[in-house]
Amino acid sequence: MQSFLLLGDEAIAQAALDAGMSGMYAYPGTPSTEIMEFIQSSAQAAEGNVHREWSSNEKTAMEAALGMSYAGKRAMVAMKHVGLNVAADAFINSSVTGVNGGLVVVAADDPSMHSSQNEQDSRFYGKFAMVPQFEPRNQQEAYDMIFDAFELSEKYHLPVLFRITTRLAHSRAAVKRRKPVRQNDQSLPSNPRQFVLLPAIARKQYKALTALFETMPSEPLISRWNRLSRGGDRSLGILTCGIAYNYLLENLGDNADRYTVLSVAAYPLDRGLVSELVSNCEKVLVLEEGYPFIEEQLRGLLDRDVRVLGRLDGTVPRDGELNPSIVAAALGMKTAMGKEVPMLVKQRPPSFCKGCGHADLFSALSEVMKEIGPGRVFSDIGCYTLGALPPYNMVNSCVDMGASVTMAVGAADAGLFPAVAVIGDSTFTHSGMTGLLDAVIKDSPVTLLISDNSTTGMTGGQKSQATDRIESICLGLGVSREHLRVIVPLKKNHEENMNVIREELAHHGISVILARRECIQTATKNKKAEAAIKTNNRE
Amino acid sequence: MKCDIILAGVGGQGILSIAATIGLAAVEKNLFLKQSEVHGMSQRGGDVQSHFRLSDREIHSDLIPYGKADLIISVEPMEVLRYLPWLSPEGGLVTNSVPYVNIPDYPDKDEILKEVRKVHNSFIIDADSIAKELGSSRSGNMVILGAASSYIALPFESLENAVRKLFGRKGEEVVELNLKALRAGRDAAPR
Ligand code: SF4
Repeated sequence: MQSFLLLGDEAIAQAALDAGMSGMYAYPGTPSTEIMEFIQSSAQAAEGNVHREWSSNEKTAMEAALGMSYAGKRAMVAMKHVGLNVAADAFINSSVTGVNGGLVVVAADDPSMHSSQNEQDSRFYGKFAMVPQFEPRNQQEAYDMIFDAFELSEKYHLPVLFRITTRLAHSRAAVKRRKPVRQNDQSLPSNPRQFVLLPAIARKQYKALTALFETMPSEPLISRWNRLSRGGDRSLGILTCGIAYNYLLENLGDNADRYTVLSVAAYPLDRGLVSELVSNCEKVLVLEEGYPFIEEQLRGLLDRDVRVLGRLDGTVPRDGELNPSIVAAALGMKTAMGKEVPMLVKQRPPSFCKGCGHADLFSALSEVMKEIGPGRVFSDIGCYTLGALPPYNMVNSCVDMGASVTMAVGAADAGLFPAVAVIGDSTFTHSGMTGLLDAVIKDSPVTLLISDNSTTGMTGGQKSQATDRIESICLGLGVSREHLRVIVPLKKNHEENMNVIREELAHHGISVILARRECIQTATKNKKAEAAIKTNNRE
Repeated sequence: MKCDIILAGVGGQGILSIAATIGLAAVEKNLFLKQSEVHGMSQRGGDVQSHFRLSDREIHSDLIPYGKADLIISVEPMEVLRYLPWLSPEGGLVTNSVPYVNIPDYPDKDEILKEVRKVHNSFIIDADSIAKELGSSRSGNMVILGAASSYIALPFESLENAVRKLFGRKGEEVVELNLKALRAGRDAAPR
């Protein structure tokens, strides 16, 4: 079949469509966003009537996907690594309920934090939930493994975790497609109590899950992805996980068969393979993208049966993503290095686009806060977090989705007045609404600024669930009309906006200021799309 | 044959159109390729780069090792310097001369160009002016790609075909402008 140039994300999306997936669920988050975007723009998805709307957050996405699986169809849910924290409640329990239609959960980790607040390793979640996991080495495997993931999921009635990292998600390579498979028909679970996790049922199912998980390493759909190749040099054995294998091959070049190598791409890992590796070498170098997940297991608590080199002894840096040069150093090979970066090169941090409404809001807010004092602005995840950088220096917190509202509430509880929260529209509907309800019930002296750009800006302008709904949501949660103010963040409104902010900061109770102006990027994109439609209509 | 290229620029400058063009040309020639991109936060006016690897043999790593890049193509002169650690001693670089100033401490342009010239095999081109003269100020990227084309192990016609494919949807006029830009870049570069 013809091959296509696809990002790792896109290979996963295309594979899911070809594997007969009926529903895709996600909330945008780098580096996972392009999975849903690919499906939304796919004619094949439209023809197959595949569900492809964004969800409000990762938890609603995970639960809806579980619902689709309940009804017998194949579903996939995708998120960035921290999104799995949000979805964790549903995810962990989904291994106890099990699934009906195949269910694949894609977690895209971001080691080195290119666009994230931590570099947590989702493989721990897979182990925690006791589900099989895949970690493809390249784009073609990402495509092929999705078929196995769905098959495995339906064979054992278990959700499957599909772990990728930034470099695979956002790297393009040629991918060969297979013949598409028909979607499942709708069907109810054969056991009507399977999804009812009352303690009596859950206990039984959990026991079965633990027994099943023990048998997983020898399941062919898993073990076929883990390969041991023997080499003649016994001084070192190497265990790689996922894309780390590519960096190894890059360095070994034509000597790829020098060492015994265990290349892992699916979990749980077969003990037999590991012991074969260990007995074939004096020490083992573990190369994994992310935390020392396998390395810790190999060392064990006593760390004395096997000589292990890896992230925990400094052979590989303890944090950050791998690259071919790091792996070369770990192998003791000489690394080439070009010229140094000249001293005059300056950092170029991200910044607001020219004309961004967030910037005008921060201009007004920072001027007012100068009158009040520092350290009172709790913010959140989105473009507006850039308000933490000069010239605004206005943001005192950025922790997790929705935390602006609730941290301001807690600080207000401690007596900090006024406490200010700044959140975006999409983050507000993701996880800010429940915090606002807490604030309303206590009438916390908090001023919540919702910077509404009518899109999910940071990830490239996906549809925001909040659009046209924020006022009614706030009023519905109990914010009083009098303290729900709407402003337009534009330079010409600067004075007026400052006044509104001043007035609401003075109020000893919850108030919401809605600063609404469309994201410049999205506005331009929409205008272009409209113009294109007009020209097409004329033709 | 292998050709490892680092594409550099500032988020929003559209270095991915250069990557996409080389990519299509490579596919036409049935070469292996891997191209790693930057999405997310730094696309908001931060520094962005793309690792582009071409070869007639299977490519393993998505990332280019330090000291192994054959070429850096940059649409901004300070950004090209950021990736010097990746450039091999025999490698070359092609950069736009026009700074993108969105930071308060942006260094002096002449000082930057002096550093660029220290790299043997470097070529600096005022892509913005050339593009403007052609009446398409937005195809500066294609001018730069044209100027770098002799370093890339692909026939020029394949790059032209790629431009036709990439911009085909936007109409004949856009295709022609970009082809002109590509050729103007090639003609401006020493060979
Ligand atoms: S993408 Fe939109 S919201 Fe984000 S900085 Fe640019 S204009 Fe502002």
